[in-house]
Amino acid sequence: MSELMSRARAGDAAPLVTVREPRARRGAVGLLRATGAAGLASAVVIAIATVIAVIGPLIAPFSPTLVHPSLPWVGPTGGHLLGFDVEGRDVLSRLLAGATSSMLGPLAVVIGSLLAGTLLAVIAAWRRGLVDAVISSGLDILFAFPGILLAVLAAAVFGAGLPAASIALAIAYMPYVARVLRGAALKERSQPYVAALEVQGASATTICLRHIVPNIMPLIVAQATILFGYAMVDLAAISFIGLGVQPPAPNWGFMISENQVGIPQHYPLPALSAGACIVAVVIAFNVLGERLFEQAQASR
Amino acid sequence: MAEAIAVQPDAATAGPVLEVAGLRKEFGELVAVDDVSFSVPQATSLAIVGESGSGKTTIARMIVGLERPTAGTITACGADRSAPARSARDRRRRGSEVQIVFQDPYTSLDPRQTAEATVDEVLRLHHGWPRDRRRARIAELTELVGLDGRQARALPRALSGGQRQRVAIARALAAEPRVLILDESVAALDVSIQAQVLNLLADIRDSTGVTYVLISHDLAVVRQLTDDVIVLHRGVVVERGATASVLDDPQHEYTKRLRASVPRPGWRPRRGALLGAGEEASG
Amino acid sequence: MDQSAAAPPGAPLLLVEGLTVRLPVEGAQRAVLRDVGLSISPGEAVGLVGESGSGKSMTARAIDRLLPRGAQVAGTISYDGTDVMSLSGAAMRRYRNQVAMIFQDPRAHVNPVRRVGDFMTEALRTNLGVQPAEAATRAADMLGQVGIADGRRRLRQYPHELSGGMLQRVMIATALLTEPKLLLADEPTTALDVTTQAEVMAILDDLRREFGLAMLFITHDLELAAAICDRTAVMYAGQIVEVRQSALLHDDPLHPYTAALAAARPDIAQTAPRLAAIPGRPLSAFEAPEEECAFAPRCPHVRDICRAETPELVGLNGGLSRCARAIELRGQLTPAHAPDGGSDG
Repeated sequence: MSELMSRARAGDAAPLVTVREPRARRGAVGLLRATGAAGLASAVVIAIATVIAVIGPLIAPFSPTLVHPSLPWVGPTGGHLLGFDVEGRDVLSRLLAGATSSMLGPLAVVIGSLLAGTLLAVIAAWRRGLVDAVISSGLDILFAFPGILLAVLAAAVFGAGLPAASIALAIAYMPYVARVLRGAALKERSQPYVAALEVQGASATTICLRHIVPNIMPLIVAQATILFGYAMVDLAAISFIGLGVQPPAPNWGFMISENQVGIPQHYPLPALSAGACIVAVVIAFNVLGERLFEQAQASR
Repeated sequence: MAEAIAVQPDAATAGPVLEVAGLRKEFGELVAVDDVSFSVPQATSLAIVGESGSGKTTIARMIVGLERPTAGTITACGADRSAPARSARDRRRRGSEVQIVFQDPYTSLDPRQTAEATVDEVLRLHHGWPRDRRRARIAELTELVGLDGRQARALPRALSGGQRQRVAIARALAAEPRVLILDESVAALDVSIQAQVLNLLADIRDSTGVTYVLISHDLAVVRQLTDDVIVLHRGVVVERGATASVLDDPQHEYTKRLRASVPRPGWRPRRGALLGAGEEASG
Repeated sequence: MDQSAAAPPGAPLLLVEGLTVRLPVEGAQRAVLRDVGLSISPGEAVGLVGESGSGKSMTARAIDRLLPRGAQVAGTISYDGTDVMSLSGAAMRRYRNQVAMIFQDPRAHVNPVRRVGDFMTEALRTNLGVQPAEAATRAADMLGQVGIADGRRRLRQYPHELSGGMLQRVMIATALLTEPKLLLADEPTTALDVTTQAEVMAILDDLRREFGLAMLFITHDLELAAAICDRTAVMYAGQIVEVRQSALLHDDPLHPYTAALAAARPDIAQTAPRLAAIPGRPLSAFEAPEEECAFAPRCPHVRDICRAETPELVGLNGGLSRCARAIELRGQLTPAHAPDGGSDG
């Protein structure tokens, strides 16, 4: 009782001023604006990358897979703005076409880990007790496996390729998501409004889906953006060592790998431009993710 | 308007609307509630008075099914509810018999739901009504608790503590319960708002015939709102009776001490005089 | 305005005049205190009563220089003749030894990983240069004074091992160790059980008189303030609306808000057919309209003159009232038969 009393005497608890005027509900646009200039810039970068991922192959000026045996490493000439890569293919077209697999992979990882992680977090938070202990222990065990290791194992078992690598990473990321969300879900679950709904006779599923998950949604979104960046780097590394997207399909991570020999030979553009794409998108996701997370914390 | 929400006295259960017998709750080694029994006749109001550690909130939570009794029985509207509900239908039925309003207005509403949506959800849960009928009932309920249109459509963060409690009361009443448990429901409100809500609760009782069980540490509020009272100390009932008699002429040491600790005009706190014999200065 | 109209004669220990505080909230500067004036004489206990948004806590924080960053402060606060707002460094530390504050929730103001003895003696050791052994002895003795037996053992315990009431008593003992002259108590018993509250209040009262301390006692409970304070000030919407001798406040209030507040409280001795509730809800300073009486929208005695301009404090029968109709309403304010049941609360 005493804790509640001291908190609930509005005006005397942490917020020193009781501001009670109605504030318009902040939509997605308002939330975005609140993330500041850096957040906005990051959102723009992500939007551009997404658009390219969708229409990349269509707007590529040249074929991304057509080999010109006589033109490897040739610098920017004619309509080839970024020159040719190790096999004489147009770099710009490969970048544009490669955006799809480079973005799709992380997307699958994020969706997979968020769905599984949210599910486990909410179940653990709702049931508490033994179920929570078992789930938490299981997650702790999974924590021990680095993502790339699991991806290598998956490639060994199921063969190299983006699907196997993405699923392996999703499994590796899931405990991280679940741990963060479990804390938030536990906090929501112990709020009186959840108890009120239980007393009303609402089912656990209804309460979890309609009340707990929406109330931790800002955290979920913030997690998603941060994880996208990590997934992109991990998948690029997996593709770099040859276990991800297989040639000749374009993929930024693999492009670094196949073009890295050009760097000491003074033909850095193909490899570095692919690297720059990855770095730009990852930074954008990290920045946006952090800003959104801050906003999520602030508005509670 | 209010008639539509009146609680129908059930001819089949002419007995007490809530009955608790030999109730016990243990948390590991700690006995929070020890052999508590009471019965509440229809359309009366009972207060359960005690300080922290008395077990009063645990009793409330057991009655609404948020805690499971270690021993003892709870019967509401003639049906036993000592064990957890077995089906969704059972849970909803129990929800339509006994409801609860919590203490903290700042966490007892879903921050993402407007007042109307909160009440609507309960209506959808208990009745299969079409939208028009639900909307009409929402309007009746929000008017009953004294919220205007703007407040009903507002999110909790735009409402004050007293307004939020009104929403919580409307939500509880939407289930048309026979018994409403008020778990320190006015304790966190400013004095002037508390008076408004107490008047509102009295009005609701008059127009709907609902039975109140008021959990409180505040003897003045208890006096204002209830007919009977039981006093709890460390999980045990130490005194019971009509509110007026118990407060005017307390018999048990603890009740006397409680009564003597309440500030009122002319009151002066005295050291040591308030301690029971042989009890450590524990507070 | 002349604050000393209601105060005992002699130079005041603490004098607040024209205190106006604005805080930055979501970009705009919002007033939380408007023209607050207060005086406390040595050894005198003054109560400060108000509901949410009244500014009572803010006043205490202003006096103890604990306002949040960005606060704009106008007016003066003088302690023993010195301007408090201009203090810094060593002088500020000396001031903080002289003016001790007790907060509502002790657990929020205590480091949970330090022993009780540690934080009790911190001020003595670092600010006053007292040797650790001597400081521990004084702390143990003071614990005895607040009714905690076996002080030495308690000094070695951690905060979580103590109950709320006991921890609050430890905080009182800590405050008294630096031998302050003024105690600021911000709702020290609100979070405690009522029997514990009575015990802690008794300790506070006893020790205050024994050490001859002045005290500013902040609470939302009118009767509680009247129990141990000689004079009580009532705040509403960031302003002082009444100052009166505590004994007279309940039976002979000078301001309609005080009367309404007293009447709104249920009585433990009888059931009223209906409580005299004040319609509407308490306002904060920045919500109150500028050029009229802040209480006008809710006042049962409102007239046109009340909306003409913000009333000044007027001296009346040994008290002060910020009511435009104070003189006219003299003696008619109890019991207030206010229309009740507004829907804004």
